[in-house]
Amino acid sequence: MAAVSGLVRRPLQQVTVRDAINQGMDEELERDEKVFLLGEEVAQYDGAYKVSRGLWKKYGDKRIIDTPISEMGFAGIAVGAAMAGLRPICEFMTFNFSMQAIDQVINSAAKTYYMSGGLQPVPIVFRGPNGASAGVAAQHSQCFAAWYGHCPGLKVVSPWSSEDAKGLIKSAIRDNNPVVVLENELMYGVPFEFPAEAQSKDFLIPIGKAKIERQGTHITVVSHSRPVGHCLEAATVLSKEGIECEVINMRTIRPMDIETIEASVVKTNHLITVEGGWPQFGVGAEICARIMEGISEKLVLEYSQAIINIVYLNTYWIRRLKPAFSPRSCIQFPGCSRCSCHWC
Amino acid sequence: MSFKASRVLVASRNFANDATFEIKVRSGLRLEEGPPVTTVLTREDGLKYYRMMQTVHRMELKADQLYKQKIIRGFCHLCDGQEACCVGLEAGINPTDHLITAYRAHGFTFTRGLSVREILAELTGRKGGCAKGKGGSMHMYAKNFYGGNGIVGAQVLALACKYNGKDEVCLTLYGDGAANQGQIFEAYNMAALWKLPCIFICENNRYGMGTSVERAAASTDYYKRGDFIPGLRVDGMDILCVREATRFAAAYCRSGKGPILMELQTYRYHGHSMSDPGVSYRTREEIQEVRSKSDPIMLLKDRMVNNNLASVEELKEIDVEVRKEIEDAAQFATADPEPPLEELGYHIYSSDPPFEVRGANQWIKFKSVS
Repeated sequence: MAAVSGLVRRPLQQVTVRDAINQGMDEELERDEKVFLLGEEVAQYDGAYKVSRGLWKKYGDKRIIDTPISEMGFAGIAVGAAMAGLRPICEFMTFNFSMQAIDQVINSAAKTYYMSGGLQPVPIVFRGPNGASAGVAAQHSQCFAAWYGHCPGLKVVSPWSSEDAKGLIKSAIRDNNPVVVLENELMYGVPFEFPAEAQSKDFLIPIGKAKIERQGTHITVVSHSRPVGHCLEAATVLSKEGIECEVINMRTIRPMDIETIEASVVKTNHLITVEGGWPQFGVGAEICARIMEGISEKLVLEYSQAIINIVYLNTYWIRRLKPAFSPRSCIQFPGCSRCSCHWC
Repeated sequence: MSFKASRVLVASRNFANDATFEIKVRSGLRLEEGPPVTTVLTREDGLKYYRMMQTVHRMELKADQLYKQKIIRGFCHLCDGQEACCVGLEAGINPTDHLITAYRAHGFTFTRGLSVREILAELTGRKGGCAKGKGGSMHMYAKNFYGGNGIVGAQVLALACKYNGKDEVCLTLYGDGAANQGQIFEAYNMAALWKLPCIFICENNRYGMGTSVERAAASTDYYKRGDFIPGLRVDGMDILCVREATRFAAAYCRSGKGPILMELQTYRYHGHSMSDPGVSYRTREEIQEVRSKSDPIMLLKDRMVNNNLASVEELKEIDVEVRKEIEDAAQFATADPEPPLEELGYHIYSSDPPFEVRGANQWIKFKSVS
């Protein structure tokens, strides 16, 4: 498919995250007339961060709409348009400003399908840069992954690479649910190699699926957005010391792909979460909670062999997981050959 | 500004086919001409409006009764007294136009096409309700009716109307309390800037919860609050006035001139919600006065009877029929089963394959289908 329908859109093999998002939006605007973009400076300014460069020239005033500085107002207008059957992309200049409009995102967009008993979908995309930038201080640096990730009815994605950015924005626009796309300003200018299939106009990355960026056997490192790059750098350094990290790029915050993370932790038995948000009540806290909940059933039941091996080798790990390995629970599990872990 | 007119009686054998009435649009802003000063009411329309208003009225009273019996719980905001608003607005627009309002929405849910059965069953939280029992009083939806919203402040659907270019208008309603919200002014600005076909309607029933308009607003001329948007102040207890003003406003919007604002001066007999007796911030005398002098159903009835458009007996018959319809609907709403617990997780996402939702703890899972 990539060879036939995916004409190479750019002469370079390297595409920046900014251009990838631009391509994704361009293709979806072309594909479906109901898609339109609104936000501050998206049209004549070409986008505050130039992400929507060229779109206004191509599609005009009807499809690319500059709004006044009225986040609550234009987010409400966008939600109304989505309820009436259009497919708006509502840009927040940064997600910090989305707090002005958060009622519209949560109460008007996310909850409506449920409250109407399945009658009223809201196919809207909220996108913009999220998280820390270069020295812009507290009010302009907040990560909203945990805030939006908390809410049922919303989908929340957080791309890292150009491939992520293009595939996820396209999936978000085609999704019939409200999707929050948390981009990152410092990543906009970073080039990545674009695989052949990403050049297709139907290239989609499924929402709800994480990607293992680097295979490893010793430690699972889970992250999203810009920190994924830092994790890969750290993995390279550790590799020289003989420690192989498995780096997982979450790609989606909600619905979280806990299965991929779990499978990796089963393999490595060590977990580090890395994120740009605050620790309390954050993305990492949720991952840890889910791993702990899953551990006594899945990890022991299905993978008792692997765990027993590690138990044997790694005393620190045994100590940390002691509550899950009470003598009574260990004996209950089928297929458990007596090991020398002294718990039974 | 005020408009004066004369009355003309049409002679008839049995009943008149129609009669002409004067319309009192109370004030206007930035409009060179207002709605017409007289209007013709046909017997057929009169009977229809009477039946609809009576249905809304009795439905609200029935909801009150069911609430006191604890068959309806949660929030319940009743609109009896304001029947002329929902019926009059509907009479002035097309079914293909769009309407969105806030939580005092039962009347609009009915006039926009849902049955009393579906509405009452939604209030009682049963699966036969229009949102399958999951929305309740404040979250009812129908074709071209977007609720029913809990959060105070209007949403503007008009962008879609303009985008689609189908000559549809959007009615965006809010109350005198919500009229002070900042987001409405953001909406006014964008609607006027982009000339969206939006009729902003302020349903002024004089009290935002327990706060009278004088205690909440520096300017109680709600029809002027749109500033650069033309405004009309309309007697919201007179259904013909509401209808004509709505027709005028809709024509204005459809002609591409941009948004317009209508203030409907109306009154609610009940308190803000069922937990409010409604007499700590206003007097019983006031409520009684409005009921005896300005009740919308009484006004229409008097007009029709005095102008030979209908007889008292005929209207009484309609009352009986309406009462029966409401009674049947209440029976259904009481007897219909609640949605099954297994469906608790349904309709979280649209168009998605089924998935599992965590319940109260990690071992309880609910299935979710779209």
